[in-house]
Amino acid sequence: MVKPEKLIENGIRLDGRKPDEIRPIKIKVGVLNRADGSCYFEFGGNKVIAAVYGPREVHPRHQQKSTSAVVRYRYNMASFSVEERKRPGPDRRSIEVSKVSREALEPVIFQEYFPRSAIDIFVEVLQADAGTRTAGINAASIALADAGIPMKSLVSACAVGKVDDTLVLDLNKDEDNYGQADMPIAMTPDGKITLLQMDGHLTRDEFREGLEMAKKGCLEIAQLQRTALMEKYSSLIEGEVNE
Amino acid sequence: MSNEIMSELRKDYIYNLMIKGEREDGRKFDEYREITIDTNVIEKAEGSARVKLGDTHVVVGVKIQTGTPFPDTPDKGVIITNLELIPLASPVFESGPPREDAIELARVVDRGIRESESIDLSKLCITPGEKVWMVFIDVHVLDDGGNIMDAASLGAIAALMTAKLPAQRFGVGEDTPVPMRDVPVAVTAVEIGGAIMLDPSLDEQSISGTKLTVISNQDGGLSGMQKSGVSPLTTEQINYIVDISIEKAKELREKFLEI
Repeated sequence: MVKPEKLIENGIRLDGRKPDEIRPIKIKVGVLNRADGSCYFEFGGNKVIAAVYGPREVHPRHQQKSTSAVVRYRYNMASFSVEERKRPGPDRRSIEVSKVSREALEPVIFQEYFPRSAIDIFVEVLQADAGTRTAGINAASIALADAGIPMKSLVSACAVGKVDDTLVLDLNKDEDNYGQADMPIAMTPDGKITLLQMDGHLTRDEFREGLEMAKKGCLEIAQLQRTALMEKYSSLIEGEVNE
Repeated sequence: MSNEIMSELRKDYIYNLMIKGEREDGRKFDEYREITIDTNVIEKAEGSARVKLGDTHVVVGVKIQTGTPFPDTPDKGVIITNLELIPLASPVFESGPPREDAIELARVVDRGIRESESIDLSKLCITPGEKVWMVFIDVHVLDDGGNIMDAASLGAIAALMTAKLPAQRFGVGEDTPVPMRDVPVAVTAVEIGGAIMLDPSLDEQSISGTKLTVISNQDGGLSGMQKSGVSPLTTEQINYIVDISIEKAKELREKFLEI
């Protein structure tokens, strides 16, 4: 792969998007039979699937907490999800991604309702195309709701970055590889930031502007997440509602 | 278990102090603990530094040797950062392979050095595609008094700034300093009951819901950030932390990392 000469031409990105546009999203809720909740999430070229099990017994036992549930999150990339085959199993990157993703979701889960139990979230990246951790968080958030875990709100995630000295929302693979900065963000619909990472180079002002852009992207995604859940569950609710 | 009970009591105490605008050790919210940095403390290492940040004590050693470059960057040197939370440093650290906390710390220290391009990797190339310098940054935490992140980052950059490429030993010319061109500094803040405090002590760190580390460069630009912990932050809090972190990084750089 060679670096494209320009990543933005006349204000349009290589994949035809405007700087503040996110990639197409496809969501399917409840795609797995054995899991308590699940979600398939496509985010541009990313294809991820999330499953939630629990609340259930904690193994190993010493991990259990007496006053709340433990939330566990496993982010895993399939060996075939990337150009060069990835060695299967957790590496240092996926351990870090799992940690920050778990922390992105924990604030919205009513963990205190389920002492001594575990809520397990598994995210498998089937195809990776920049932004897998955000796709995973988006999917996991829906899967948690699908599993009926009490939550304060959904969590939505989206990255913002800098390419050719321009801030862009939701980096694609080329922009991620050859860009100047990458900053994944997760937030609740009321604007609380639950994940924030950054690498590359941003000025203070670019950071502020980027954060606002990412928030806009997250709100758009939140709407799509909501719609997907409503599609599955509104038909179930309709029969029960009487004024 | 005893830790949990302690932390509930400490939480109350620290929270009540916070409301009065105070911290348990008398510092201001944006004040660091006393810092001492000694360099070249390990003769066998190509570069080294001992950092004491309050009660936190780390030693960073830089080992440099030749090796083959990665296929996708044949003309660039390699940086590898490792950090271990060894059981010697705290009753809650256990032996065994690094867990997520240690991995996160190492990766954020690494990110600061890598993304700021503080080391000119192209100058670490000896023969393109065949032989490059590999720089191993190993952080040894000896005593955990809180905020290992900033101590480790300070130690890593201080050690690199004194490190030499051992060209003579490897028969590829004269020894030269590691080609440095920026001095990234990590500043970590915690949020406690709505207040923001820099350089958390162990107690402050363990009761706070969230840490935010901001790594900034000589030009005041940002090269890395990491939020760590389970409670959310508002945009205002984040912007505030970014602002004071850049200021504080400048102060620390001028005081401790003069080239």
